[in-house]
Amino acid sequence: MTLLRHTSADQDVQREALTVNPAKTCQPIGAMYAALGLHRCLPHSHGSQGCCAYHRSTLSRHYKEPAMAGTSSFTEGSSVFGGQANLLAAIENIFTVYDPDVIAVHTTCLSETIGDDVPQIVEAAIDKGLLPEGKMVIHANTPSYVGSHTTGFATMTKAMVDYIAQSSGAEKIRDQVNLIPGWVEPADMSELKRLVKLMGLDPVTFPDTSGVLDSPQTGIHEMFPAGGATVDSIRSAGDSCHTIALGPICSGPAAKALFAKCQVPQTTLPLPIGLKATDQFIMKLREINGGFVPDEIMTERGRLLDLMTDMHQYFYGKTAALWGDPDQLVSLAELLITLDMIPKFVVTGTPGKKFFKRMGDVLGDHAQACKVDQGSCADMFQLHQWIKSDPDKVDLLIGNTYGKYIARDEDIPLIRHGFPILDRIGHQHFATVGYRGTTRILEQILDAFLDRQDRDAPESGFELVM
Amino acid sequence: MREAIDILDARRRQVHTKGAQPFQLDCEKHSVAGSVSQRACVFCGSRVVLYPITDALHLVHGPIGCAAYTWDIRGAQSSGSQLHRMSFSTDLREKDVIYGGEKKCETALIELIGRYRPKAAFVYATCIVGLIGDDLEAVCRRVTAQTGVETIPVHSEGFAGSKKDGYTAACAALDRLVGSSESPPPDGPSINILGDFNIAGETWVIRDYYERMGVNVISTITGDGRVDDIRRAHHAQLNVVQCSGSMKGLARLMKQKYDIPFVHVSYFGLEDVSKALYDVAETFNDPAMMQRTKRLVRDEISAVMPRLRRYRDALQGKKAAVYTGGAFKAFSLVRSLRTLGVQTVIAGSQTGNPQDYQQLESLCDDGTVLLDDTNPLELAKFIDQTGADLLIGGVKERPIAYKLGVAFCDHNHERKRCLAGYEGMVNFANEVYSSVCSPVWSLSPRKQHASSVKRSIAPGPLVTADAGLPLNAKVPQCPTAATAPSPGSDSQACGVCQLKAHCSGLAAQETETA
Repeated sequence: MTLLRHTSADQDVQREALTVNPAKTCQPIGAMYAALGLHRCLPHSHGSQGCCAYHRSTLSRHYKEPAMAGTSSFTEGSSVFGGQANLLAAIENIFTVYDPDVIAVHTTCLSETIGDDVPQIVEAAIDKGLLPEGKMVIHANTPSYVGSHTTGFATMTKAMVDYIAQSSGAEKIRDQVNLIPGWVEPADMSELKRLVKLMGLDPVTFPDTSGVLDSPQTGIHEMFPAGGATVDSIRSAGDSCHTIALGPICSGPAAKALFAKCQVPQTTLPLPIGLKATDQFIMKLREINGGFVPDEIMTERGRLLDLMTDMHQYFYGKTAALWGDPDQLVSLAELLITLDMIPKFVVTGTPGKKFFKRMGDVLGDHAQACKVDQGSCADMFQLHQWIKSDPDKVDLLIGNTYGKYIARDEDIPLIRHGFPILDRIGHQHFATVGYRGTTRILEQILDAFLDRQDRDAPESGFELVM
Repeated sequence: MREAIDILDARRRQVHTKGAQPFQLDCEKHSVAGSVSQRACVFCGSRVVLYPITDALHLVHGPIGCAAYTWDIRGAQSSGSQLHRMSFSTDLREKDVIYGGEKKCETALIELIGRYRPKAAFVYATCIVGLIGDDLEAVCRRVTAQTGVETIPVHSEGFAGSKKDGYTAACAALDRLVGSSESPPPDGPSINILGDFNIAGETWVIRDYYERMGVNVISTITGDGRVDDIRRAHHAQLNVVQCSGSMKGLARLMKQKYDIPFVHVSYFGLEDVSKALYDVAETFNDPAMMQRTKRLVRDEISAVMPRLRRYRDALQGKKAAVYTGGAFKAFSLVRSLRTLGVQTVIAGSQTGNPQDYQQLESLCDDGTVLLDDTNPLELAKFIDQTGADLLIGGVKERPIAYKLGVAFCDHNHERKRCLAGYEGMVNFANEVYSSVCSPVWSLSPRKQHASSVKRSIAPGPLVTADAGLPLNAKVPQCPTAATAPSPGSDSQACGVCQLKAHCSGLAAQETETA
């Protein structure tokens, strides 16, 4: 038994009750990440200190940035008598010392189960005068035993709508669109904003971690870096003419809530990874802007297509195993198919039956050749079993850092994508969405194949031009 | 950072500047609600302590997060089984929270034990398990009876105290294993190594020293730990405790039950590691062992001192901030940094007690800021105020240092090179030097007006020499071996290293021999 062999090839191990090497984590970290995308917001973890520490550490390891968040520091007493006193003290202390504009409280399995009513506690804080003028506390219920980190992200994003967005009653602003980018990297959020602006529209982007978790080195520790969606901009989201939500799991709930609250029409699209999904995104923006696509975007699309055609011979029939978040996986699978590759194994720990349908739609004719699983036992152990017991080894792994054990054991190249990436940099700075971002994924895939070919070639077949 | 930001009123007494007023520091308090605390929870404490027991099964009973966040994040290395590095979770869902998770936990344990046949199994209770009241004792009893593999509940509900309480829970779990072996005791002097976690293979280095002294190491708890060894740990004549925060509890339990005395040691820094070895040798009262120990210390120090001196020349006058989990490590760091010519200007820990801080204060120079359970804002503020060139801490402190444009050294779970022992001191010096004297800081806004640091040590041969730490490596002879004091003469310091510890490390002012 070694680490590198999560499993042996001999049998399909049936499991009833446990997850081995998960392909997900829990809701609160998603809520914390989303809240960091709100300008001058301090995320606050309402529970034991450990939750907050783990989430901050994991975000720090992934983004290589300080991830600030408060904790209610629950004790045994709090878990018996409720966390109201802790949260009231926290609100007072946070506004006194750190002076954020917003505190974004998320619950944990503990505070959720003891039944702390955060809105009621916030009411009490307001009654006691603990909220300074112009400041606010928003909240999201994120019990760890429901959903996954992606649903936690969605819930906090929705909370931004519930608490902040407003309709002024005036006409919708014709050029202003809401962009709900989903759980992507700071660089992706920048890239998406750039595309919307190129399309002649004014994006209200939330959450927006660009400028927060990819902030420059200034020699100063900024509690609240310059980036993030401002409260004012989110408030105006109720007056936008349209909402584009990228990824139904991470962004759908907020878009729907905004429609219900402020009647902003919404479209939920797949994450724009790959040419087809980016086309969908641009086409939607084109509908909104009155039918205009600037040359610059057409050029970017053309470049991506050019690379895909230039290199298509390397992709035919290549197989891949993917794991991670549903919104990401659906778009990645579609990208692979447009490259003439075959997504062979796909797992996500995030529960939710719609995932099968979405994957089925994208896979089309490939659905038969692809094993897809989601939920508790859809973990890295499951994936490794599939890979091991398959007589034809997959050519590529795409997923987070936890895949490196499988990559090493099976000698399969790994492209790091998703969350968390603990052992490489670049992911936070180079987008993988849009045409340009897709070019980067294409480069990574091609490099992996060509590096492998170089490595394995006999001397006679080791060639300068490939 | 806003100038106006200050220390929370409730935290004022947890900050002290040496020399500014009579020493008084509040500690062992719960973190103030709302503070951006660097601390963790009970579960975290238990998990880090027991994690390096490599041939045991570790099942986290709770929602997925607790298992996911502790999956292979520590470089606690194993010389054999890697089972500890897997992440097993019952992944509790809403219906389990409503109807209870006992059945799921039991099924998971039976599946896992059947598959992996571990030497023992630990089941960690997380917040929610404590709250819904799953009877883990009963589950473990049933599983033990059914599988024959001892299954031990770890009462580590996150909210039930602080990380320290997690250490206590881990020690209670270990206490169930200790003494459960019927194998006969070994011949000769024997010890257990407690409170080293084999980060970057450090336990192996320490174990090698003891074996060279002629001491049997029965068990290493918990770095590179083995269940069968821990079962035999009651045969030892002495427990040698490094991380006192985590393992003093077990040492005390073993003192009560088996009358095994314990000593506190540290393996970081030349003085402390030498003292550790002398303290152990002295306990056995064996002149031959003491002679071997003195030779070992002399040879090792002679080998590393010339290399250290080059780093010291480059680092002389630099200032460091130290923020560690436990306080005991902070003492070693203050001394190690002093060996390198670096002054500690900020020293703090997450979990120190009053005695710890008293000792820390006595080690530090006037003006040093002592911090208990600090937060990023305070750290940034005091780093600015003191002009520290270096922060030593863990994962959450690293990006803060870098944002400030300050060098960093991980002396926590994520260190990648062995920092313990004599070679470890050279590695430490190299880490500190490579960060503090990196040209990148001269590009940083913080240092643009300060004089830039010039590299004085060529990286080539040093990196090669310091990169690896071969076990049982042949240590070069001390160049002054012929003239060095003969073993047994305690009074002189070596001409090479000038360290008292080289020849006479027997002063025991900090030793608690129970």
